[in-house]
Amino acid sequence: MKYTPVIGLEIHVELKTKSKMFCGCSADYFGQKPNTHTCPVCLGLPGALPVPNQQAIDWCVMIGMALNCEIPLFSKFDRKNYFYPDLAKGYQISQYDQPFCLKGSIKLSNGKTIGITRVHMEEDTAKLMHEGKDSLVDFNRSGVPLVEIVTEPDFDNAADVKEYLQKLQQIVRYLNVANADMEKGDMRLEPNISLRKEDEKYLPKYKVEVKNINSFRFVEKTIEYEITRQTEILDSGKLPAQETRGWDEKKQITYSQRTKEEANEYRYFPEPDIPPLRWNKSSIRQLAKQMPELPDAKLKRFQKEYDLPIYDAEILTREKSMADYFEECVKVSTLQPKSIANYIINKKINIEEVLPAMLVKQIIQSTQTATVDDESLGKIIDEVISENQKAVEDFKNGKETVIMFLVGQVMKKSKQKLDANIVKTLLIKKLNSYG
Amino acid sequence: MNLNQLTISEAKEGLKEKKFSSVELTKACLLQIEKHNKELNAFLTICKDKALAAAKKADEKLKNGDTSPLLGIPFSMKDVYSTKNVRTTAGSKVLDNYIPPYNATVYQKLVNAGAILLGKTNCDAWGHGGSTENSDFGVTKNPWNKDYVAGGSSGGSTAALASDMTIFEIGEDTGGSIRLPASFCSTVGLKVTYGRVSRYGAIAYASSLDTMGPITKSVEDAAYLLEIIAGGDEKDATSSPRNVPLYTKHLTNNIRGLRIGLPKEFFGKGLDIEVKQTIDEAIKTLTSQGAEIVDASIPSVEYGIATYYIIAPSETSSNLARYDGIRYGNKRSSFGDEAKRRIMIGTYALSAGYYDAYYKKAMQVRTMIKNDFTKAFEKCDVILSPVSPTPPFKIGEKTDDPLQMYLVDIYTVLINLAGVPSLALPCGFSKNNLPIGMQLIGPQFSEDKILNAGYQFEQATKWHKQKPNL
Repeated sequence: MKYTPVIGLEIHVELKTKSKMFCGCSADYFGQKPNTHTCPVCLGLPGALPVPNQQAIDWCVMIGMALNCEIPLFSKFDRKNYFYPDLAKGYQISQYDQPFCLKGSIKLSNGKTIGITRVHMEEDTAKLMHEGKDSLVDFNRSGVPLVEIVTEPDFDNAADVKEYLQKLQQIVRYLNVANADMEKGDMRLEPNISLRKEDEKYLPKYKVEVKNINSFRFVEKTIEYEITRQTEILDSGKLPAQETRGWDEKKQITYSQRTKEEANEYRYFPEPDIPPLRWNKSSIRQLAKQMPELPDAKLKRFQKEYDLPIYDAEILTREKSMADYFEECVKVSTLQPKSIANYIINKKINIEEVLPAMLVKQIIQSTQTATVDDESLGKIIDEVISENQKAVEDFKNGKETVIMFLVGQVMKKSKQKLDANIVKTLLIKKLNSYG
Repeated sequence: MNLNQLTISEAKEGLKEKKFSSVELTKACLLQIEKHNKELNAFLTICKDKALAAAKKADEKLKNGDTSPLLGIPFSMKDVYSTKNVRTTAGSKVLDNYIPPYNATVYQKLVNAGAILLGKTNCDAWGHGGSTENSDFGVTKNPWNKDYVAGGSSGGSTAALASDMTIFEIGEDTGGSIRLPASFCSTVGLKVTYGRVSRYGAIAYASSLDTMGPITKSVEDAAYLLEIIAGGDEKDATSSPRNVPLYTKHLTNNIRGLRIGLPKEFFGKGLDIEVKQTIDEAIKTLTSQGAEIVDASIPSVEYGIATYYIIAPSETSSNLARYDGIRYGNKRSSFGDEAKRRIMIGTYALSAGYYDAYYKKAMQVRTMIKNDFTKAFEKCDVILSPVSPTPPFKIGEKTDDPLQMYLVDIYTVLINLAGVPSLALPCGFSKNNLPIGMQLIGPQFSEDKILNAGYQFEQATKWHKQKPNL
């Protein structure tokens, strides 16, 4: 039987605000001594109260706007109640039915549109560490701002998922609101995967959620593994279980973690400690104004404004710092943008080390060529041709790439930096005239 | 008169004129606690050494001309306020050994003003109750008659104050927890507008209803304390940044022309005849001072208890989730029966499939109740009502019937649901010499108005000057 994968994604991105979501503690917990970034609020001590971080809310809304979401004028926080030792208060402050951002979309390079269901704000949990018989809790991460981005089940293959994730990572980095570093856990992925018969339209009756995936590569492998696994189950006439599975990096398989009930019992209700949030249109416009040019727009502009092929433009706009660097180089020089692009891409310039003005200087030096009169150049070429009969033979037999070898030989012999194009033209002319 | 019997204003004057020292004043309170706490069970924790050390320091400061508003004045707090290095239990065994590492905003403000903490007072565990019979540390007895309850949940607070163990008290009111025990013990108790006083550091019962307020020996003291503890707090997102008026300045205004509304629904079936007669007398006093009586109606009164007992347990079921047996040293089985009951009610009301029928509906009714009050205040300036439908009841009288116990709050919970302020103050005694109180309710942030009316009434009647025979 042929099946079509139905895949949706839940992504968590930690924001890089200075302080946590609901208290003044530093949100920079990575590599810190356990339980040093804590206070009554993020420890959930009796009587402590959360006060929302406006910066985090603004950034969450910016992510929503970058994903073409609607920003409702009314929003609120809710409590998601459940027990877990990493949850200081016995509930997580999250958003339930009225999140900050709704109904967005993102376009993939193949033209496919992926729907964004919602983007909401919540707080991260503490971190559990298991040492032998002991389980330890580090509350440094407790209360770090976390944005959850949920897509519609619009994906049907792993490659699209990967592209979407790269795009999302690129966007939050462009916005400068998150590091989105997978290894550090700044960005966490949970795909929901199921299969439907190819000729059917409706959503499958089950859903498999996979957790613990810490790289884009593994998300592809997970999806492919699940497609195979679920196909086998369906082919045998059974229905895969509705469950949460984990990705086992060593064995390269998924394994069952827990079977979910039909609906989670989180007993959501409006967080009474935080008044609802009301936006007005002008404050949203103000936020939109603060947003930098986003990757897609920049890519298009680079192609148009600097007359670059999509290949170059894509490499240069992959990271905002690179794009800015390129534009700075263009600004401080009279060189063709394309030659700057070539140099940056081919020489793999470390933009941290070489200042734009310095780079421009380098490019100019590298392209400065000595002028040799045609006569003496012709002489050198004749010599090279006679000394490299094998290559000449190859060229005549249609192996045109040897021309660059011969150009190199001419350069070597002349002991000067010559304009390669001029040498090449002359060479071809001579080769052809030799008949 | 013994020093421990003084009000804040009297104590302040005595300290200023060097009639006595803060150490003497503090010792007088500690002595009274020593004499009577065993029997009344008003205090759960007594900070004798700390209080005396603080009093000594206060005396030095007084000598040096420090004029901090509460310098050298001893007080006590309901045991729901987080007090750094002082055990804080919320009346529950779950927190039997909990010593907080930080201060509640209200406590910090009082400390900054120079006040001296004598100790922490008993209450129904987590604020769940109207008689302190739900305290895991035993019931508090009523100083007026030790067979009777002191009211609750801030029963330890009002019993401590009525028996002059302390100069003033800070309570907490979620559904009547300041006003009911105030009326049962013949003290003044102010339930403030939601957001007027910071909740930061007060152990949450029901977050959208909890309010922090003073319990005092006079209306003047309540007004004075409110000036100190009220105001916006950057640590409490629900606190109001609105300016804090000088409440004491408005007390002496005359109340001629003040329109007092008497909602018929507060005077109907179930109201004890003695309470009604006492309130009628109070109304006469107020009209003789120039107030006008107008008809008023709060049609949603009948839904008050039902609404409250959905919303409060729902929030409490979530607020108590953090006591999961991993931290604080005690298992969830250490929760008392009433806490377990409310956790179960709340968990049920919030569950998928029941949320719309219970919690959501209750929130809709709550809006209706709010609107009823807004409408009522178009025709009157303050509303007067009894605090409790009956005088204090006997210890054990209602413990077998939780529903009867819940009905004690019938006149108080509405005020929390509406978020408006209400001042409870003594207005007489039953023929058994048990206290009867009334409440003056005002629109949001009208504390100045109800304190003014209460002060005028107090000056005319002096009920607050009566002392129990211990």
